[in-house]
Amino acid sequence: MSEPVLQIRNLSVDYPTRAGVVRAVDDVSLTVYRGEVLGLVGESGCGKSTLGMAILRLLRPPGKIVAGEIVFNGRNLLELDDETMRHLRGAHISMIFQDPMTCLNPLQRISDHVIETIRTHRPEMGKQEARKRATELIDRLGIMAERLDDYPHQLSGGMRQRVMIGLALALNADLIIADEPTTSLDVIVEAQFLDLLRDLQRQFNLTIILITHNIGVVAELSDRVAVMYAGKLVELADVHSLFDDPLHPYTRGLLNSVPNISLTEDHLQIMDGSPPDLISPPPGCRFHPRCPYAKQECSRREPAMKNVGKDRLVACWLY
Amino acid sequence: MTDNLIEVRGLKKWFPVQKSFVERLVTRRQQFVHAVDGVDFEIRRGEVFGLAGESGSGKTTTGRLILRLVEPTEGSILFEGVDLAALSDEEMRRMRQRMQAIFQDPFASMNPRMKCGDAIGHSLEIFGVARGEEKRRRVLEMMERVGLTPASILYDKYPHQLSGGQRQRAIIARALMLHPDLVVADEPIANVDVSVRALLLQLMLQLKQDFNLAYLFITHDLATAKYICDRIAIMYLGLICEMGTLEQVYRNPQHPYTQALLAAVPVPDPHARRTAPLPKGEIPSPINPPPGCRFHPRCPFAEEVCSQELPHLRPVPGDEGHLVACHRIHRA
Repeated sequence: MSEPVLQIRNLSVDYPTRAGVVRAVDDVSLTVYRGEVLGLVGESGCGKSTLGMAILRLLRPPGKIVAGEIVFNGRNLLELDDETMRHLRGAHISMIFQDPMTCLNPLQRISDHVIETIRTHRPEMGKQEARKRATELIDRLGIMAERLDDYPHQLSGGMRQRVMIGLALALNADLIIADEPTTSLDVIVEAQFLDLLRDLQRQFNLTIILITHNIGVVAELSDRVAVMYAGKLVELADVHSLFDDPLHPYTRGLLNSVPNISLTEDHLQIMDGSPPDLISPPPGCRFHPRCPYAKQECSRREPAMKNVGKDRLVACWLY
Repeated sequence: MTDNLIEVRGLKKWFPVQKSFVERLVTRRQQFVHAVDGVDFEIRRGEVFGLAGESGSGKTTTGRLILRLVEPTEGSILFEGVDLAALSDEEMRRMRQRMQAIFQDPFASMNPRMKCGDAIGHSLEIFGVARGEEKRRRVLEMMERVGLTPASILYDKYPHQLSGGQRQRAIIARALMLHPDLVVADEPIANVDVSVRALLLQLMLQLKQDFNLAYLFITHDLATAKYICDRIAIMYLGLICEMGTLEQVYRNPQHPYTQALLAAVPVPDPHARRTAPLPKGEIPSPINPPPGCRFHPRCPFAEEVCSQELPHLRPVPGDEGHLVACHRIHRA
């Protein structure tokens, strides 16, 4: 495997609330390698978005990182001062959110966004040259050149999301964190966007953390998949192994409850219960109250992530 | 007469486009958003009829027209053969007992200051069916049926104290209190997690059988529609482009748009490959929809006739009950 871009070690994130402390991310370790798409999946509240924001150190207060380290290109991000971190976010890590309007300045034209980004990265480049690059870039994204001087609100949701990818490309970012990038898009626009993202990823060897609840999107784009449940990482595997042979009972339940367009299956499996309250999570394995295979041990001791094959990890007492 | 609960005939809804003062001085012609531009379909008693399409296809407006939350520009809606437009306000009010709605966002459709149980039973009071202890008894019984348990405790909770799944169950319970014949469900489970989604779908199907309901199931998600719909219509820019049983439309899609829509759904299988090409571009503005077939500018099979003549929804040869609006199918 190629070199690691990002190494997360034993990361924990707390949100103090009036009712008690919510540990949204609990002792998560994860490595992202250059040129891969790592899918991060789970249901609402599992901590996947919190993990993404923690990497950027953009947690909304009172959320804070209470343990662990995040090593990006050899540097521990948690030790950097705010100014260095801000520069890093601008120049080396890009973020794509569900709603691109939150990232685009409504008063700036698309050209302003792109040119500014290009020149941040290459200050020696003149305006004319940068504009030429911006036009090429927009064209590569499948947006007509005459839309370059539009304002964000004049573009459709799909086009805005393409612009976000374009900005990440212009930065030549080492890491792109995409949090639910297609959730607000219609299905055909979503498919077009996924096709574009896959092409660009291969062409530029992009490193992407893809955070989503949409199992179909993960299957289409990811190389490896990490599954989160109640703040914990429960399984990590390459995409084919995970879908062909899910090991953790939660992963199995999750995959079986996904609606599928194919007419051969017409029965959705139902997982009993709901995710636990993170202020007082169940002892032992957090999934044991819902797990059909729970043994006595599962309610007593917490399973750690264990190697069960080539680059395959699972946290479950069954293995 | 067949067992049609709802018959929709030539239904249109155009919304006038708001213009600024200056624009009004410069142009004289009023423009319209052709949200729904002439649709015909029927919903049979006890069936789940799906209405699927992308944003801006007119599916939600169609649902609101049937509930008469907006008035149609043209066309008629017959409920058991009675034209809803001909009813007086009082008659329409009574008719509303028989058609209820479930919307996507349960926060927006529940009064934050009303206890869950009171909200569910509110309609009983409004229509003078039951109040006091009798109302409470009926509400608790319905809460048990939709799985809002322990009902006696949840009765006194406010919406913000319920989980997303519980709120959606409360909305379902509320819709069923008056034993309607039709429930218009607009993206009822789009906001909930996959594991809860499966539960709610199963619940909706169970209740349909228990109460002999018909659903108008409005969704953008063809994968979810598969688990609940008996028949389905695919909408594009205010028109139905294909309609049939779920089996007919999914197994043997005829319209290029339906084919693309089905092929675009992300499949939870990394081995899967797309089966049909994606159309170019995006759904155009419904203010000046393209002439002829609305899909022709994006269609890989478009010919000259497609840009000139609007294709009508007609039977697919040799496949009874399957309708499609495409020149390619009907010319042969």
